[in-house]
Amino acid sequence: MPLQGEYMGMMLTIDDLDHENLDFFRHCHEGSFHLQRGKTSGLLRYPPTTACPWTGERESEWVPVEGKGTVHTYAEVHHPIQPAFRDKVPYLVILADLDTQKGAPSEHEALRVAGNLMTADGQFAPPEMIRRVGIGTRVKMVYVEVADGFSLPHWTIDEDADQPETPWRYPQE
Amino acid sequence: MSLSSVSEIDASSEKFLRGKYAVCGVGETSYRRGSQETTRALATWAIGNAMEDAGMNAGDIDGMLDYSGNDSTFANFVAGDLGIRLNFYMDVHGGGSSIEALIGIAMGVIEAGMCKTVAIFRAMNGYSQVRIGGTGARSAVPINGDQIHNRAYGWQSAGQMFAPSFLRHMYDYGTTPEQVAHVKVAHSKHASNNPKAYYKKRYTVEDVVNSRIICKPLHLLDCCVETDNATCIIVTSLDRARDCRNRAAVIQSVAGRVCKPRADMHYQHGPISTVAGLYAREILWPNAGVGPEDIDVTGSYDAFTFTTMLQLEDYGFCKKGEGGDYVSSGAIELGGRRPNNTSGGHLCEGYTHGMNMVIENTRQLRGEVDDSCPVGPDGKKQHTYDYAEGGCRQVKNAELSANLGWANPGTGSAMVMARDHK
Repeated sequence: MPLQGEYMGMMLTIDDLDHENLDFFRHCHEGSFHLQRGKTSGLLRYPPTTACPWTGERESEWVPVEGKGTVHTYAEVHHPIQPAFRDKVPYLVILADLDTQKGAPSEHEALRVAGNLMTADGQFAPPEMIRRVGIGTRVKMVYVEVADGFSLPHWTIDEDADQPETPWRYPQE
Repeated sequence: MSLSSVSEIDASSEKFLRGKYAVCGVGETSYRRGSQETTRALATWAIGNAMEDAGMNAGDIDGMLDYSGNDSTFANFVAGDLGIRLNFYMDVHGGGSSIEALIGIAMGVIEAGMCKTVAIFRAMNGYSQVRIGGTGARSAVPINGDQIHNRAYGWQSAGQMFAPSFLRHMYDYGTTPEQVAHVKVAHSKHASNNPKAYYKKRYTVEDVVNSRIICKPLHLLDCCVETDNATCIIVTSLDRARDCRNRAAVIQSVAGRVCKPRADMHYQHGPISTVAGLYAREILWPNAGVGPEDIDVTGSYDAFTFTTMLQLEDYGFCKKGEGGDYVSSGAIELGGRRPNNTSGGHLCEGYTHGMNMVIENTRQLRGEVDDSCPVGPDGKKQHTYDYAEGGCRQVKNAELSANLGWANPGTGSAMVMARDHK
């Protein structure tokens, strides 16, 4: 069965033969972030792929991974391209380094997971919340439902974490 | 200026097809918005102009390559319109980083005996049909499978997709918006001396950083123009090129769509403030037998100001992290040590997915850039080298050029060309 749902006016579809993405987004819907782990490499990978990027092995298993990390970089969009995002600007696209497997298998690698900056209850972050976030901010995952069995992972500020005094932000507000 | 690890090259030995092939003809339509023509019609104009430039007729062309992204016509239609019978053609998917790679492919198929001369074109209504900035048709199509990991987040247009690299470069190296704005300042200065540029107005650093934010760190004036146009480059053996109407631009080296690790999602592999040029230069410079210090004029892709800066840095024109200093030093302006995008490039002349920068460097190496300088009794431009507004844009004694093409931070292409002295 394909997974399909309308999200902010965008039709999102995962074909029934796209097993990797079906599994990825199903786990998100269950509220538990999972990634594929190469059977012999033992390495996690993101986004879903059909083989291990480091060994090429096809065999993998889905394992739960803690949805916590640090903002590595971001894009702060002020001019919307997609009609769906017209009333959401400004919005933040975050690439966060997961704590798990950071700096492995080589120094500058990390599982850099994309998502928008959301409030803890899954609404687009208001401008005052965006201004608190920059490179170095500690974030945790939240999920937003697209359809039954299909949710998107997003990021929100981890209010329980030790935060940097001033995360790095683009100088012009 | 110190240069990075390119000093160990062996400049004395012949490498691969160095010096055996050439760009023998270049041509384009005007750069405009609202062409009122199909991409098929635009392509026939551009190819016709390139054939005229080369002094070739339909029987001289027997190969064709083109590239597009669901937004253009195909070689078989265009060849028929021009009376060209093809021994080889291929329509390739892609945008930026295609032209240098396709020139390499053209050399390969000619070397293999499959055809003799290849016309490469890109035809697009990037403003009036499929907008290159990502609005309209590009943002409306359904989102499937792997695309959900970016497009569902409003992370889709070129500016949105590249911004994370640009911001991280600022974070890693202290690069400032004002430094990078100098790219627009330089390219707009060049465009003001290019009668065919879409935007001919000169801009200041203040103009750039005070223009509205599109997607941090990109202001409106950090972004390229969207235009309707077609462009064509003809490649053949150097021997045949020497029979053509204009001086050949000799191809010294090509690197085609060289990728960082994890081309499927390059941000997984850091440092993300480093781009594919770091890898491409290991092919480009040794095969050309020269290094960045030898280059007189560059064509570094400028979909955005930051793109030009990142590539100049990773191809070794300055030290890693010093791209901001380099582009704001005056070096990339006409009259500086190594001007970049002397036509105004994508920021000002028009958007062609890399073609117009190769066309411009071909003309630079001929010494016959189409500026406003007077034409002498021999029918050639009498260049003044006065780069004041509305004046000359010919680089003095241009012997070697480098084109640095960009698909995204993770994929790039490049080419070195030399002036022919026969």
